[in-house]
Amino acid sequence: MTETRNIGDTLLKVDNISLSFGGVKAITGVSLEIREREICAIIGPNGAGKTSMLNVINGFYHPQEGTITFGGEVRRKMRPHLAAQGGIARTFQNVALFTGMSTLDNIMTGRNLKMKRNFLWQAINIGPARKEELEHREFVERIIDFLEIEAIRKTPVGRLPYGLQKRVELGRALAAEPKLLLLDEPMAGMNVEEKEDMCRFILDTNDEFGTTIGLIEHDMGVVMDLSDHVVVLDHGEKIADGVPDVVRADQNVIDAYLGVAHE
Amino acid sequence: MLYRESGQYKTNYADDQAIFPLKQDRWLMAIALVVAFVVIPLTSSEYMLQAVIIPFLIFALAAIGLNLLAGYCGQISLGTGGFMAVGAYAAYKLATSFPDLNMIVVFLLSGVVAAFVGIMFGIPSLRIKGFYLAVATLAAQFFLQWLFNKVAWFYNYNPSGTITAPPREMFGFMITGPAATAEARYMITLVVVVVLALVAKNLTRGHIGRSWMAIRDMDIAAEIIGIRPLHAKLSAFAISSFYCGVAGALFVFTWLGSVETEAFAITVSFQVLFMVIIGGLGSILGSFIGAAFITAVPILLTNAPQFFGFNMPIDLQKHFEVMIFGVLIIFFVIVEPHGLARLWQIAKEKLRLWPFPY
Ligand SMILES: Nc1ncnc2c1ncn2[C@@H]1O[C@H](COP(=O)(O)OP(=O)(O)OP(=O)(O)O)[C@@H](O)[C@H]1O
Ligand SMILES: [Mg+2]
Repeated sequence: MTETRNIGDTLLKVDNISLSFGGVKAITGVSLEIREREICAIIGPNGAGKTSMLNVINGFYHPQEGTITFGGEVRRKMRPHLAAQGGIARTFQNVALFTGMSTLDNIMTGRNLKMKRNFLWQAINIGPARKEELEHREFVERIIDFLEIEAIRKTPVGRLPYGLQKRVELGRALAAEPKLLLLDEPMAGMNVEEKEDMCRFILDTNDEFGTTIGLIEHDMGVVMDLSDHVVVLDHGEKIADGVPDVVRADQNVIDAYLGVAHE
Repeated sequence: MLYRESGQYKTNYADDQAIFPLKQDRWLMAIALVVAFVVIPLTSSEYMLQAVIIPFLIFALAAIGLNLLAGYCGQISLGTGGFMAVGAYAAYKLATSFPDLNMIVVFLLSGVVAAFVGIMFGIPSLRIKGFYLAVATLAAQFFLQWLFNKVAWFYNYNPSGTITAPPREMFGFMITGPAATAEARYMITLVVVVVLALVAKNLTRGHIGRSWMAIRDMDIAAEIIGIRPLHAKLSAFAISSFYCGVAGALFVFTWLGSVETEAFAITVSFQVLFMVIIGGLGSILGSFIGAAFITAVPILLTNAPQFFGFNMPIDLQKHFEVMIFGVLIIFFVIVEPHGLARLWQIAKEKLRLWPFPY
């Protein structure tokens, strides 16, 4: 598999990150690498620090130690909008959509960074601003087709069922044409069919657009099927890192999941 | 003809993105414009224009301003009266210092001045939200009112402390000052309000509007898709205050002719806030509906009892007014935050599908 998908160089390198909240250590000295065009799964029991790791990568949390290298730039602290400008997009564990807006507008908002016309042009909505709006609308319509959500285009997302909301959220992240797409439990709370659809969208995204994906997921079946490479966190530490089959057989991982006492 | 979208297929995105995508909406809009530009000036009495229609338009403009900030960007403000005062005093200073300046330019520049003041008082919104922000904007309201009262330069050292719109003309008609007819003042107000309302509609449909709504609905998610809270919030404060400022300038120049700072007291801020809540948060149309409602109710209460042949004492009228608004505000805040505009929307949706609801 790896050979045919021509996985490239390191896109994201997280080096020796430590993050704590007051006394609570959420992450302790974790390093990991995600390479271009791969799907990297981050797994681990509840409270292992997976979401915190994504928050560090896209600038929400500022780690006390360690560096992050993304696209050649080394940094520790950054603001989320700078991460977005750099090409990192994500979805949230608890859907974080703009509930008052339609599906279309939510996904259009994902293109905000690419829209340049200032408010004076927008105010009169002719010429360049209108043309720009239409170009982006066309792009967004392609995403809507891709995710098979044509029927709910104009529906306020607050009224959609959970599974569809997750899909719209993926659409909003895709609209930014990210280099790195971070998905925090995109399949949580879905039924089997919805999960299958979501898996297909993730694989197609990776395949068709060559998007690098970092994925947090609890469903082991899904993880084994989708990922090229798995990182396992437990109590804020990395306990395993490698191809799915090896990680699955790893004794530390089995212990962590079965809840064997530490130390 | 029935109100519905079934059967109106759009073959390209440009049509779908049009400001009024439905044919019926376009017709309603055209009819409203004909009524506003032709029927009203031909049929309305001086009293009607001065007491009802001009204030309705000016308050609608202020309500649009507040709605952009509170309804679209989710930043609550009780400083509307203060920002209107900035516009009014800026227009007064500009018009008296530069007598040859075109009045439309004066109005727009007053809006720009108000926008800068709005940005200044919007800075706390980067740190605080909701109730605390409301208190901060309340401080703006009191500070501005105090400032214009205290510093005599703002009212050109006039011993009475009032500002009076100087007589100015446009296209050969007097549009401000004592000699301006109600019709002329109405027309100029109407043009400004209609143009700015369309601009507001465009802004809310473009990416600046989406970034405001994104901040309103979920600010952390907005930030990770690259929207900067600083830009979004301050631009909302600026544009909102621009609208309030122009409304304040019109308030003096095309409506009352002469005011004191008291005219822009906190009661005005609340009045505009009620318009936005009753009309509908996050709706330009709602701003008009809310303004119409709040201007119409007192007039109905004054005239309706006489119409039915009995007399209601003035103070009882006032009490009724307060009670009606109070009940409605509570109703809308709790049950339908999107206000009358939302009820209209629901009615439209029902009509669209009628007679087959599924
Ligand atoms: N903002 C915060 N303030 C304080 N503690 C936090 C914060 N965010 C996370 N933590 C703590 O950090 C630890 C790791 O949390 P995190 O959300 O990263 O886990 P997770 O692996 O995503 O778990 P789950 O599978 O339940 O989503 C937990 O102990 C959590 O309580
Ligand atoms: Mg988590």
